[in-house]
Amino acid sequence: MPASLRPGDWEVPLDEVIYFDNAATSWPKPPEVTEAMVRFLNEIGANPGRSGHRMAVEAGRVVYEAREAIAELFNAPDPLRVVFGSNATEALNLVLRGYLRPGDHVVTSSVEHNAVMRPLRALERQGVEITVVGCAPDGTLDPADVLAAIRSNTVLVVLNHASNVVGTILPVAEVAAQVRAQLIAPLPAPLLVVDAAQTAGAVPIDVQADGIDLLVFTGHKSLHGPTGTGGLVIGERVDLARLEPLKRGGTGSRSEHEEQPDFLPDKYESGTVNAVGLAGLTAGVRWVLKQGVEAIRAREEALTRRLIDGLRAIPGVTVYGTLDPARQTATVSFSIAGMEPSEVGLRLDEEFAIMCRVGLHCAPAAHRTIGTFPTGTVRFSLGAFNTAEEVDRALEAVERLAGDTRRRTHSARRMMHQAGYEQQGG
Amino acid sequence: MEEGYAVVLVYSTAHALKAEKALQRAGLSCKLIPVPRHISSDCGVCVRIHRADQEEVLEVLETVGVGIEGVHNI
Repeated sequence: MPASLRPGDWEVPLDEVIYFDNAATSWPKPPEVTEAMVRFLNEIGANPGRSGHRMAVEAGRVVYEAREAIAELFNAPDPLRVVFGSNATEALNLVLRGYLRPGDHVVTSSVEHNAVMRPLRALERQGVEITVVGCAPDGTLDPADVLAAIRSNTVLVVLNHASNVVGTILPVAEVAAQVRAQLIAPLPAPLLVVDAAQTAGAVPIDVQADGIDLLVFTGHKSLHGPTGTGGLVIGERVDLARLEPLKRGGTGSRSEHEEQPDFLPDKYESGTVNAVGLAGLTAGVRWVLKQGVEAIRAREEALTRRLIDGLRAIPGVTVYGTLDPARQTATVSFSIAGMEPSEVGLRLDEEFAIMCRVGLHCAPAAHRTIGTFPTGTVRFSLGAFNTAEEVDRALEAVERLAGDTRRRTHSARRMMHQAGYEQQGG
Repeated sequence: MEEGYAVVLVYSTAHALKAEKALQRAGLSCKLIPVPRHISSDCGVCVRIHRADQEEVLEVLETVGVGIEGVHNI
């Protein structure tokens, strides 16, 4: 019997489901990912880095291979500069809470996810100063505005590589180049922290060429690994003595000491790592490398163009962002006049088996920027496995919903008109 | 030629695995083994090499940036 799910009262075969929620987590995963995880659990199993027997060494090798795959994808200078954690949120907390001290200043943007804004707001109460640089209503950021916000005590510039709401890609490499070119020694240029949760694996990233000092990634979106994987690439300009670990504990190294090791990656990886997850992540990253990020990007750009053009052609539909697939990821936010996003989401799920995300997407600042706070939007986020046919089916569904709303509004107006007329006549 | 083995102590398993890859690429044989108790109280692994290769091994590890905590004959 084919796999199926019940998104309501009726059963839908899985291959008829349209999954447009890849910005939350990607689905389906390449089969190699599942196979690598099953193999790890069945045949490797042991704790990586905790014992000296061959199964433990083999488990350690699986984790090291994940470092190598990540280092290759992002052109990190050394696999040992890849630090794993449970997700991008944890890596962002490590960077922000580990690096910032009272009196420090941080520059960030108005399209950040709460994974950045909540730790920053908490640090603000402890005396860290924050400047939020405004983005345009289409989500774009002018590097000159970032430069203008930098002060003598600015130690970090923290930017989303792409908005999780409208998909707009921020010019992180230009920001890095301008910040470094404009600042005069002996003031050290602030470190550039890039939250690549929405772009890692979907948009080319080269930490060395782009001037990214701390790259935060998640494993379960466009890198196609399982949930519970993510981490950080630490550049050579980062002062490790200043970057405190988020957690301290067993690392399998320097066991005779009760002090945390000071070297990479152990300083930031206490406790047993998610080795089975990382086995899957390696397979996902290898799949991405095999396809080529440029090829994945070109394919997603074409699908995004088809989606944006189709949505804009439907009366009553407003699409947010740059409306230019070359300047955004495959994430498209829109609204239907006269219908709440939550109702759109429910009907897309129950009537058309389309899985998408509606509301504020954990990014209230981004919705304020694009003018959709507090109602939010409907978000279609495409992934490497979506097809043009799925986009067309989704467009038909949105057209039906928008048409229903127009008819509903029209008949409501007519009823009000008739009621008014009768009152006048009576 | 000097016979027998030596062990190279490195910071952690990740470093040992990086060392192993680099040595294999350089055509130098090695094996990751538990750190002998009489050398260190660490619970991890170290890199066992042929004593005769020691100089070359240390050169390769320095080139790729694997920090060395010590080398002991066993």
